[in-house]
Amino acid sequence: MSEPWGPHDVGGQQGAPIDLAEHDTAYWEWQIDAMVRLALKKGLISDFAELRDGIEHLAQDDYDKCTYYERWAKSLAYTLVSRGVISEQQLSNQIDAVRARQEAEVAA
Amino acid sequence: MSDHDHDHARTFQADHAEPTSEGARVGLALRELLIEAGHYTPEEERAVIAAMQGASPRDGGRIVARAWTDPAYKERLLANGAAAIRELGYELEPYEFTVMENDDNTHNVIVCTLCSCYPRSLLGMSPAWYKSASYRSRVVREPRKVLAEFGVELTDDIDVRVHDSTAELRYMVLPQRPKRTEGWSEEELAALITRDSLIGTQRAFRTE
Amino acid sequence: MTDAVFQVGQRVRIADRTPRVHHRVPSYAKGRVGVIERVCGLHGEPEKFIRGNGEPKQRIYRVRIPQSELWQDYEGTERDKLEIEIFEHWLEETE
Repeated sequence: MSEPWGPHDVGGQQGAPIDLAEHDTAYWEWQIDAMVRLALKKGLISDFAELRDGIEHLAQDDYDKCTYYERWAKSLAYTLVSRGVISEQQLSNQIDAVRARQEAEVAA
Repeated sequence: MSDHDHDHARTFQADHAEPTSEGARVGLALRELLIEAGHYTPEEERAVIAAMQGASPRDGGRIVARAWTDPAYKERLLANGAAAIRELGYELEPYEFTVMENDDNTHNVIVCTLCSCYPRSLLGMSPAWYKSASYRSRVVREPRKVLAEFGVELTDDIDVRVHDSTAELRYMVLPQRPKRTEGWSEEELAALITRDSLIGTQRAFRTE
Repeated sequence: MTDAVFQVGQRVRIADRTPRVHHRVPSYAKGRVGVIERVCGLHGEPEKFIRGNGEPKQRIYRVRIPQSELWQDYEGTERDKLEIEIFEHWLEETE
């Protein structure tokens, strides 16, 4: 047995009792799910292996604190930026736009 | 950014606020950029979501009920899961599909320790616990203890087989047909099947 | 299709290495010995999908490993097993 090589390599580790609560998938989670499937279909990524690779590159604390689809989102962003499909600047501008819009909606 | 209205790509509805976590914002922003750049359309997105939402454990139940009532079908299902499932008209993603049969002395349970591989195109969204670090960490090492947390108490005369789905195969458990269901119709049998029985975190059925 | 290198029933060791690239072998299984349970098809190599197309494809095998081989403190019976899919280039012949 080797040392785990990424935050995802958890088989055999200790863990808490299983939380059996069900989780209804929120619409934004379906949207992330669809985004990854469409990125694959359109050839923006070559395989789910690339999605997994991006997830495995998350820092341990980032991996631990992200929810399942947040990891998908961060992974796809990492891959598409490193591939030049979008620029880091574009992404950070759009994140700012989303944040501003959400804060304005709360204030309204 | 362009100054025209982004409404076509937005997710916000007044009564259903968007998620505001950092990770979710990355996802929303990326989605809007990809739609804006024409990589895909909101119509395509809706079609993909509808297709994924259309799959459910009920479909797995129909397959199991067929296998319980048709020995030749069961043989084909165990030999080549994907072909036998497509035979009943289901569309599957291009994975090999492996069906593992429970019997008096064998109990199968499925996990994907590295991510959360799951036969989504057949059974729909996986349960939250299936994706949890606890389940992925523990079920390979202490399956009997984990199964007990689901209410499945296995005596020592039942062997446990844990299947770690690490690559291009997808798995489904073929549960054991409950006793005292002789003469039941395929439909009645299918109604017994639950999602958890297809993953292997349930073994017995309520037949009363 | 290339012929399968390993056959059902053959004993194999899962390679113990950690390439600094995406791969699909969990650390708990590395270096462990099991038996080929099933010979599966050819699939894109995960390591070669990162900036690549996964070619050439590699054969997958299902390997059955006794739980007691994996975990020294395993609490269960001697007959309990773990089964896992492993690509051909991760398997080595063993006695």
